[in-house]
Amino acid sequence: MARWVERNIKYIFILPSVLFVAVMIVFPIGYTAYISLFEWSMSSTQAPKWVSFGNYAKLLQDARFWSALGRTFYFTLISIIVELMLGVIIAVLFNRKLKGINLFKTLFLLPMVATPVSIGLVWLLIFEPTIGVANRFIGMFGLKPQMWIASPSQVIPSLALVDIWEWTPMITLIALAGLTSIPQDNYEAAQIDGASSWQMFWKITLPLLLPTVFSAALLRIIDAVKTYDIIYAMTQGGPGYASETLNILGFSLGFQYFQLGYASSLLMLFFFLVLGISSLIIILRKRIEVLQ
Amino acid sequence: MNMKRNAAMLAGTITLFGTILSGCGGGGTVGQPAGQSAGQAAGQSAAAEKNSKPYAGTTLRLVTANHAWTDLIKPKIPEFEQQTGIKVNLESYFEDQLTQKLTVEFTSGSSSVDVFMMRPLQEGKMFIQNGWVGEMTKKDDPDWDFKDFTNASTGSLIQGGKLYGVPIVTEREILYYRKDILEKNNIPVPKTLDELKQAAAKLNDPNNGFYGFVARGQRAAAVTQFSSFLYGMGGDFMKDGKATIDTPEAVSAFKTYGELLKSYGPPGVLNMSWPQAIGIFGQGKAAFYTDADSLYPNLLDPQKSSVGDKTGFALFPAGSKGQTPYNVTSWSLAIQAKSKNQAAAWEFVKWATSKQAMTALQGKGIPGPRQSVWNTDEGKKSFPPELVNVISKSNELGKAYDRPILINVGEARDVIGSVIVTAISGEDVEKAAKQANQQFQAIIDKEKK
Repeated sequence: MARWVERNIKYIFILPSVLFVAVMIVFPIGYTAYISLFEWSMSSTQAPKWVSFGNYAKLLQDARFWSALGRTFYFTLISIIVELMLGVIIAVLFNRKLKGINLFKTLFLLPMVATPVSIGLVWLLIFEPTIGVANRFIGMFGLKPQMWIASPSQVIPSLALVDIWEWTPMITLIALAGLTSIPQDNYEAAQIDGASSWQMFWKITLPLLLPTVFSAALLRIIDAVKTYDIIYAMTQGGPGYASETLNILGFSLGFQYFQLGYASSLLMLFFFLVLGISSLIIILRKRIEVLQ
Repeated sequence: MNMKRNAAMLAGTITLFGTILSGCGGGGTVGQPAGQSAGQAAGQSAAAEKNSKPYAGTTLRLVTANHAWTDLIKPKIPEFEQQTGIKVNLESYFEDQLTQKLTVEFTSGSSSVDVFMMRPLQEGKMFIQNGWVGEMTKKDDPDWDFKDFTNASTGSLIQGGKLYGVPIVTEREILYYRKDILEKNNIPVPKTLDELKQAAAKLNDPNNGFYGFVARGQRAAAVTQFSSFLYGMGGDFMKDGKATIDTPEAVSAFKTYGELLKSYGPPGVLNMSWPQAIGIFGQGKAAFYTDADSLYPNLLDPQKSSVGDKTGFALFPAGSKGQTPYNVTSWSLAIQAKSKNQAAAWEFVKWATSKQAMTALQGKGIPGPRQSVWNTDEGKKSFPPELVNVISKSNELGKAYDRPILINVGEARDVIGSVIVTAISGEDVEKAAKQANQQFQAIIDKEKK
């Protein structure tokens, strides 16, 4: 016995994590894939009906699915682009040794620590067209009151604004870590050669920071694509369906309409979408590292 | 590496892992305590059979919504426990989560829920058709007096001549209005939707932050409050299995509701369910408001509202085809078909819906389903006298549903609600209604199979 244990010890010690992954990750995904092939309305009297890829075919013809997909990309695109630009700029500012910068850094990180649902509820009040702070604020610059999340055309940018407020600090944090790892000699050498600080930023800081930014972008994109909490707390997909992203649609199909098979097929497509995006970014990142 | 040390480490790991697993197992068998106590109860009740407490020692799991009814019944439960020896474990959830939780538990075949709160019009049909709701076989108990419940309140709970739940909270759509503003402008209380529109137009003053009319504009939430407009115009959601939300009557109802909110409503109405809408009215920013009568305590509470003493209550205005507000049972108590404690569960339902209990609850402002309670002073005392009149008139006129009666109510509400959103946005209602009618018909057809 002891001998057998000795021989297989490396497998035995990884067994718990393998089991955990199997039970908590592989099984749920496999089961979702399995029920996505059935029509099942959570009824005790009607058994799930085998429809093979019928749910997927139906999904691809569902206008609501395509609009939700478009909105998911729209939301992600706005959030990510603004967050990356703002995040890096703020990180570069924070990286200078200024007085009181640590206090500033701490305050800046606060939005990231707050609970998303309560963030949603607070912004719900801020965006209130009649009594909200947002309209007061833009009013000070002479702008007309806006409808924010109550208008079908403004709702996605407004939600992205909340996401930007909440998650730019994370990009800043990661970028700051990346900045500290850039060796100082590079800058010293550049200074001796008479480079301006603008040149140093474009030729040294940014290229060396790029791999870090890619990691941050990867994390944020996956998160932004599947944003659920703030949208549900603020609009529940409304007005009409104007802020219904894939995750909100999946929730409605599964837990409000109880079409579990159909909802599962949506989630499977969603799963492959996220997988695709992350692989793409990882490949891109490798390319860039090779170029350097 | 040392062989013995490896073996010891492995033993430790296995023990640890085993502990975690057994922890999970313990969490998984939620049903056990109830089952155990049922066994216990059987043992004990054998001895106590001749006592007045035949179910002493039983534990009931009561799953409720976060609702004023729950808040008021909670402090009274110890009385019931003392009288019967039954222990009641109460859980409460937000209403949407409640439906989800119950659906998931019932689908999994768990028997641990004994008594639960159910919305007959929202999830009732699905729950009953799935065989999850037990029949109330002892409804003929003369002490309990089933005949006392109004017909409108029990209609949605009777299927195939069997009773599947007992009404606890009822609701009607009424018109809330600002007494002071109407008086100042010399406008009579509107009796028809046309008069309401004219009055709202006259009082609407958006430049000063005052609006003629407010009501729900959020997709699914608006559907129930739109129903009285639909009935008033002579329309309905469906007739003999055919969707009827694109008929001329329905279209004119959509237009009326949309027009009122678009032209005389506050900005941002598309995101309003009742908490936001009543907030606008309660802050004195609107002249008229239509919604359920059961919301009135929010307006009388000085902490939430600045118009408590200025709020008037009126019967829902008549449409072109008459005056038909909804008059529904919004909540009922039901017993799970699989519960192992059927008799004890009935004891609880009987107690919670008895004349005494309902009088006490109604005395605190919960409009109940018992006619005899409405006839007592105790039952009326917490309601403004004007409102009592409106409620009893609506009880006579009302329709017993405020949404289509289907299994998949959630999806149907989204479909119908999207036409309301179109109407409020001022877009093409006919086209949207036609399209929604097809989708709605597809939902109905699917359930027929």
